[in-house]
Amino acid sequence: MKKPENPFRFVTVSYLTQIGNQSATTLGELRDGLEKCSDASIFYHTFQSLGRYHFLTEGYSNDFAQWVLAGLNCPTLAEQMAAPDIRGYLALSDLRTDLLHITDEYCRSHPLEVDRPAFEPFYFLESIEVATPHTLEAWTLEEFRQRVEHLSNASFHYHFLVSRLRLGLRTNDFSVWFENELGLQALAQRTDRIDVYTNTLEGARAKLYTFIDRELAA
Amino acid sequence: MTLTRPDTQNAHVMTLDSYVLLLGASEIDELRALAAQLSGRTVQMVNSTAMGGGVAEILNRLIPLIQELGLRPRWDVITGGEDFFEVTKAFHNALHGEPYQARKESFDLFLATNEMNRKRLEFDCEFTVIHDPQPVALIEARTRQEGHWIWRCHIDLSHPNPEVWGFLRPFVYRYDGAMFSAPQFARQLPIPQYLSYPCIDPLSEKNVDLDPAYIQEVVERFGIDRARPIITQISRFDRLKDPIGVVRAYQIVRRYMDCQLVLAGGSAADDPEGEVVLEEVRREAKDDPDIHLLNLPPWSASEINALQRASTIIVQKSLREGFGLTVTEALWKKKPVVASAVGGIPAQVIHKHTGLLAHSIEGTAYQIRFLLSNPALAQKLGEQGYEHVRENFLITTNVKRYLTIFLHSLQHS
Repeated sequence: MKKPENPFRFVTVSYLTQIGNQSATTLGELRDGLEKCSDASIFYHTFQSLGRYHFLTEGYSNDFAQWVLAGLNCPTLAEQMAAPDIRGYLALSDLRTDLLHITDEYCRSHPLEVDRPAFEPFYFLESIEVATPHTLEAWTLEEFRQRVEHLSNASFHYHFLVSRLRLGLRTNDFSVWFENELGLQALAQRTDRIDVYTNTLEGARAKLYTFIDRELAA
Repeated sequence: MTLTRPDTQNAHVMTLDSYVLLLGASEIDELRALAAQLSGRTVQMVNSTAMGGGVAEILNRLIPLIQELGLRPRWDVITGGEDFFEVTKAFHNALHGEPYQARKESFDLFLATNEMNRKRLEFDCEFTVIHDPQPVALIEARTRQEGHWIWRCHIDLSHPNPEVWGFLRPFVYRYDGAMFSAPQFARQLPIPQYLSYPCIDPLSEKNVDLDPAYIQEVVERFGIDRARPIITQISRFDRLKDPIGVVRAYQIVRRYMDCQLVLAGGSAADDPEGEVVLEEVRREAKDDPDIHLLNLPPWSASEINALQRASTIIVQKSLREGFGLTVTEALWKKKPVVASAVGGIPAQVIHKHTGLLAHSIEGTAYQIRFLLSNPALAQKLGEQGYEHVRENFLITTNVKRYLTIFLHSLQHS
C-alpha cells in the first residue's frame, strides 16, 4: 500500500426537493413528462430514489417503475423500467433516452393502456444538491474505515453512487482514492462491484468494511 | 388577545444527543456539519399560535434543535382579535375548497392585523420563515431585497377558493420560495416551491417507546384481547376518515378469521358532527363486542401510542386526507399499514414495500386478510416502513431541510 499524496476528503450532502409544474395521470403523460422534464428530475426519480429508499432491496429501483406498478398496474412495463442499472450511466440524458425508449415500445404494443387513468398522479420533482465539505478526512486505510462509520447514508450514497455522474467515470469516489492514492487496485474493483440493488446502503457499507478489513489483515 | 412570545424555556426540550440512540451518531454529525456553515446566522419563524395545533408543536421542538446547532433562531407569534382569527379560520376552510362568501371587511381586517403585527415585530433576521396564510402579508416588512423570505404552507392548496387565493397570491409571489407538505398541495407559482414533508418527533409522548406493562394496562382498561389480532384505525369520528367503511371492511375480514376492531378518536364533545358520525358507526357496529369504539379525550397521547403498539395492523381508510401523520406514527412503531391512496399517504405507504394501499372497502378487507395470513410479510413491511419514516418523516429530517434551504439560499443569493 503506497503513502497517499492526497487524503480522502468527505463531503456532507443534503438535497432539497423542488416541486415542478409537471404531473402525469396516464402512461401517455408519463411518457411526455419523461421527454420534457429536467435532468434534475430524472436524477431525483432514479439516482436519488435509490438513496431515498436505500433500505429496500426487492423490486424497487426507481420512482417511475414504482408508479407504473402501483399507479397504473402495468407490471411488465414496471419490470422493464426498473431494469436500467444507474451505475452504467455517466450522463442523465442517456438514462432518459433509455427510459423513453422502453416507454415508447410499451405504448406501441399496448395502445389501449396509453390513456387509461392511473389510481393516483405522478408528480415530477427535482433534486437540488447542497454539498459542503465535511471536517472528516482520511490519510490511511484505517482512518478511512473509521471515518466511513461516521458518514451518513446520504453522504455514503453521494460518494458511492452520485460520484459516477460527477466523475464521468464508471466508478466511485472510494475506488478512485483506493486505486490512485493507495495503489490498491483490487480493493478498488471489489468496492465498485458492490451491488446496491440487492443490498441496502447499510449492507453495501458492511461489504465495504469487510473488504477493507481483509486488506488491512493481509 | 395579547402579545404572545412562546415560552420555549419551559418546553420539554430534547437535545440532539437524545436522538443519537435512535438515529445513530452519523445522522446527527451530519446535521452538525451542515449547521457549521450557518453558525451564528439569524432565523425568524413567525406563525399564528404559540400553543395547540401542529405548527406550534413542530416549532416548539424545532427551535431548540436549531439553536443547539449554533444558529440564532427567534420565534414570533402574530396577535389579533377574535374577529381576525374568525376571518383566518374562514380563509383556511376556503383554501381547502369550501364555499366562501367574500366580504371586503374581512380582507380589510386581515390586512390591518398584518400591518399592526408588521409594526409590532422586528424583521432583521437573515432567514425569515412565515408559516401559513395568517401572517402571509408580513412580507410587506421586506422593504429592500435583504434576507431570505420563505413561506411555509402547511395546508392543502390544490383546490382553493379563487377569491381568497386571488387575494393572498400577490403576497406569496413576493417570497423567495415556498414550502409545501406534498406535491399535490402546491400551486403553480412563479417562485421556487420546495417539498417539506410533515414530521413526527420520535421522543414525543405519542411516539416514544413504551413499557410493555403500560401497553398491557391500556388494552386491558379498554377490554381489548391481545391474544387475538387487533385491527386499529386512529382518527377522529369524521366521515372523511370513513369509519363506517372500516367497520364494513372488518366485517368482511371476520367472515374468514377471528379479529377485533379498534376505532379510537378524539373527543367529539366540541364537534357536533363528530357525535353524529360516532352514532352512525355505533349503529353499523351492531353491538359487536369485538368492535371497540374509543372516544378519547385530547390528552390521550400515551393511550394512543399504546393502542398503536398493541395493534396487529393499522388501517387508515380515509376518503380524503392531509398528510396523514397517524400513518407516520404507525410506521414508526413498525406496524403493517393498510391505507387509502389519498393525500400524503402514498408518499408514506409505498405499495408492497412499506405497507399496502387499497382503493375500496373490499380492497381494504382483502389486504387486511392478506397481512393476517402472512405475518412474516407484515413484519417486513412494518420494518421497512420504520426505515422510511426514519429517513424522511422525523423532526431531525425537518431540521435538515431547513438547514439545506438556508444553505441553498445563501449559495444562490
